[in-house]
Amino acid sequence: MKLPYERPTLRKLTAGALNKFGPRAGVRPVTALDGVAVGELVARFGSPLFVLSERQLRRSYQAAVRAFGTRYPRVQLAWSYKTNYLNAVCRVFHQEGAWAEVVSGMELEKALLNGVPGPHILFNGPGKRRADLERACAVDAVVHLDNADELHLLLDVAAGRPRRPRVALRVNLNAGIVPQWDRFGFNLENGEAWQALSRLVASGQLELVGLHCHIGTYILQPAAYGAAATKLAALAQRCARELHTVVQYLDLGGGFPSTNTLKGAYLPATDTVPPLDDYAEAVAGALLGAGFKTDDLPLLVLEAGRALVDEAGSLIGTVLANKRLADGRRATILDFGVNLLFTSFWYDHHISPTREFSADTEPTVLYGPLCMNIDMLRESIALPLLAPGDTVVVHKVGAYNMSQWQQFINLRPYVVLIDQAGQPHVIRAAETLEYLQQLEQVPAHLLG
Amino acid sequence: MKLKKNIATSEAGFIFNPATGDSFAANPLAADILARAKAGQDAAAIKADILERYDVAPGQLEKDWDDLLAQLREFNLLD
Repeated sequence: MKLPYERPTLRKLTAGALNKFGPRAGVRPVTALDGVAVGELVARFGSPLFVLSERQLRRSYQAAVRAFGTRYPRVQLAWSYKTNYLNAVCRVFHQEGAWAEVVSGMELEKALLNGVPGPHILFNGPGKRRADLERACAVDAVVHLDNADELHLLLDVAAGRPRRPRVALRVNLNAGIVPQWDRFGFNLENGEAWQALSRLVASGQLELVGLHCHIGTYILQPAAYGAAATKLAALAQRCARELHTVVQYLDLGGGFPSTNTLKGAYLPATDTVPPLDDYAEAVAGALLGAGFKTDDLPLLVLEAGRALVDEAGSLIGTVLANKRLADGRRATILDFGVNLLFTSFWYDHHISPTREFSADTEPTVLYGPLCMNIDMLRESIALPLLAPGDTVVVHKVGAYNMSQWQQFINLRPYVVLIDQAGQPHVIRAAETLEYLQQLEQVPAHLLG
Repeated sequence: MKLKKNIATSEAGFIFNPATGDSFAANPLAADILARAKAGQDAAAIKADILERYDVAPGQLEKDWDDLLAQLREFNLLD
């Protein structure tokens, strides 16, 4: 029996201050996902491969409902379609009770096809076309108005309809954080939001049912949500007082972080991201303290995306080659790149080997397979001495990757969902060249 | 492979270059190779012994051998 082999390698020792912070040192292998061996998944579906855990999807959803629902009596989650609109993922959340939050006509149709009733679809987004608004009105979705032109277009669409379209006003406000997002909706502090509310109520053609704000993305300050909730609650009370209109729901948007570490962060996100309970505490405290009578408390809507889906997604990939760069650094080329892992532009993703190695690691630059200089997944990561053919798992990739991925240079791979019984299901087949070329046409003079 | 004469190595894989003050950690196989090289064993004999004892294909070993030489050159440990 021969000894296991690991390539010979040297590591320069550098003296420096010890860092007592951060996670446990050492690389731990991940040999299975939800009980299914990584090797078995790769053998069946190839590499790279996106894997989603139904168990974790449901667990994250239930945790969010529990965090907010135990602090505030009326809570509704609306699944943010753009985060991951694979139908199987959406349907898991809808089974759990989520409404749909969509931002385009295409997403609206997806939500309808997934069986979401029109009144449970919240139509956000800054770029709605006339046809989108007509469709939303026809199915009684709630239009979240973004700007004055859209308000007037909707008034035009609403004219002559037997039922008034239901709308919410998107409001941007100062929640005490920078940058202050002001590109979505009407500004609160300069009076623009009140002007729009007055106009839409006065029109008599639209039914104001909600107020909405979305203060940003990956927000690490729960207090900002509390500030936003306080301001929206005050606006709702002013609507009741001065416009004689009861706002049925306050939508605090999304932007809750996952535990992926942002690039440039000094400490890992697992140590710095507040638990969802802190956000719930801030929002519920603000709403319960806003002066509503108990029976008049508005429904609290949250458009969670990343916080519900990120942790449930993994990406399995394979080492294609190792090389050494001109400055002596080790580089490893994987079979997936920024084409599939879009979020590697934002995060230092946690990546694990899938088999046991010795404790020796080497600082490594991780590249994808694209013939593009930007295709770098990690600028420096301590990994064991991976050899071509070894597989790795990238963790927490459920959000945005399967909607922002690109068909570029390589085809997109299989996506499988492991159900709660540990059974993998294909939820999106691997692309083929035939699929890719379906929409192409070659002019006659270029044929033959 | 000819290590500089003044390079100190230990069985545990600690390598020290007294001329520069640099120190390095070698993994077990690299430490073994450096010890043999220091003892005067030639590259062919070292490689043959590794192929005999370890579960590695000759092509892979050649590739990794070249990579080790590149590291030793980069760290200024070769004559």
